[in-house]
Amino acid sequence: MSVMRPLIAALLLLAAACGAHAQLSIEITGAGAQRIPVAIAPLAGEGALLDGGNAAISAIVRADLERSGLFRAVDVPRLIPQPTESSTVNYAEWRSRLADALVLGSVSGRPDGRFEVRFRLYDVVKQAALGGVAYTLTREQVRATAHRIADYVYEKLTGEKGVFSTRIAYVVKRGERFELQIADADGANEQAMLVSNEPIISPVWSPDGRRIAYVSFQNKKPIVYVQDVQVPKQRIVANFKGSNSAPAWSPDGARLAVALTRDGSSQLYLIDPDGGNLRRLTNSFAIDTEPFFSPDGRWIYFTSDRGGSPQIYRMPSTGGEAQRVTFEGGYNVSPRVSPDGRSLAYVTRNGGRFQVALLDLGTRQSLVLTDSDLDESPSFAPNGRQILLATILNGRGVLTAVSSDGRVKQRLTLSAGDVREPSWGPLIP
Amino acid sequence: MKRICTILLAAALAGCATTETATQPPAAVEDRAGTTKPGAGPGASGVPEKPVTGVDLTGGKPAGADPLKDPSSPLSMRSIYYDFDKYDIKDEYKPVIEAHARYLRENGGVKMLIQGNTDERGSREYNIALGQRRAESVKKMLLLLGAREEQVEAVSLGEEKPKETGHGEEAWTRNRRSDMLYAGEY
Repeated sequence: MSVMRPLIAALLLLAAACGAHAQLSIEITGAGAQRIPVAIAPLAGEGALLDGGNAAISAIVRADLERSGLFRAVDVPRLIPQPTESSTVNYAEWRSRLADALVLGSVSGRPDGRFEVRFRLYDVVKQAALGGVAYTLTREQVRATAHRIADYVYEKLTGEKGVFSTRIAYVVKRGERFELQIADADGANEQAMLVSNEPIISPVWSPDGRRIAYVSFQNKKPIVYVQDVQVPKQRIVANFKGSNSAPAWSPDGARLAVALTRDGSSQLYLIDPDGGNLRRLTNSFAIDTEPFFSPDGRWIYFTSDRGGSPQIYRMPSTGGEAQRVTFEGGYNVSPRVSPDGRSLAYVTRNGGRFQVALLDLGTRQSLVLTDSDLDESPSFAPNGRQILLATILNGRGVLTAVSSDGRVKQRLTLSAGDVREPSWGPLIP
Repeated sequence: MKRICTILLAAALAGCATTETATQPPAAVEDRAGTTKPGAGPGASGVPEKPVTGVDLTGGKPAGADPLKDPSSPLSMRSIYYDFDKYDIKDEYKPVIEAHARYLRENGGVKMLIQGNTDERGSREYNIALGQRRAESVKKMLLLLGAREEQVEAVSLGEEKPKETGHGEEAWTRNRRSDMLYAGEY
């Protein structure tokens, strides 16, 4: 029958795009109790990079670090002469400004037209240099370079990887139109991967950050696609009878777990990203959906109503017996294991509100992280520090980020349209 | 209406300066927005290219003769409503499904699409599965009452196509729903 008639697709392929039309803006609504006071001095000569609408590198580094909720930027007065990474540091002076850490650096032009940025990070309390890096860049790489500097500072001072150079994916609904967008983690450089008049849900980055699997209704039913971030071409992964949904990448990127209704109720299957090697994983008469691999690849966590209400279970990723993971409450869905494998973020119904909670897989203690009502789709930052999620605020779809201890909250909003279905991309080496 | 595709295309044609770095190439764009047939489905409402509904003076059946559109016929009722996280068919809807099963039995060439829907709460993916369950439960009852497998297809729209876009119980009640649609209606 022609119910699912595929639309004759005259694809309009765009090879390049300017993405500055409606950037996400980020607002911090809470902060950690003990933030590291850090002084980011303007880099000597950084004004040379300001052309073309660029913000100053030091300003981007400062904004990145403050946005993490772990740092507080110390006011830096106008200094003459401007200190650079090779200046002698007057530690007493920086200590008097109450800075625990200090970044000094400079920008210089190169004969080939590119620029060189050098910076050094200092521990003001211990009066010691912690290291520094030099980067060569073009004017177009100002933001990316600033994020790298922020990542360096973050890692040196916290011992964890920074995520300022990572990207996020999300879906925007504007009127009747759906857009799968990717952007830098700070919301800049938004670029559309797919635009459709039908819903798009469940984008998820491949472990190498090169591809995104998602579900599109463009043919009037849910079908799983994979698309290369750089190539404007959709590839069908799963298009069987019924619904095809909930893609999850295996940690090695070689397989996808999906939920299909081809054999009756929603069940879990493994499939290759090119659509080959379909293998059924679960055999229940219940709803099984939302697979998510543990970081070591051994387990698949998933949502099932086999016990009478939707709860989270896990099973070996090779198939086999499932164990129930959540027991409190009558509605626990959307399992996402943290990058270190120690905790599980999920959505729980909490007295009529749908909120993101974190379960410590060792102690079995759980903690509700949000105070919103309609949370969906949690996604861990690749360093595990924050969880990005979608919620409804004042009737509009917005993304929020909450730190894994629930203390720091950020709100990412678009000037127009509903934002939903966030997915945080991997660390790019 | 935002014409992002036009803007993007214009930008691409103009060869505008991209702001990516060597490590972060630009996302390539695939535009499916123009590929939906106007009026081809529920998502097409609001699409500016809506076809003109013409007047047909050449004769044919008067509109009142179609039992599917006769408000006094149970066949004009197309929606089954559910409680939160439930997919069982309440007794009040059984006569409606019986009437449609009879119609399908008596009109072997007629085909039906059942779209299962949920309210916006909880997980989008769980709601896809729940919507499928709702649609399948209607299909199962139609088949038990004599409709044929080839006549009925069940699909899920999850929470993606709400009839009511509000965020309260009133909207949620109307969105927990299966719709029975005949060819030409979706």
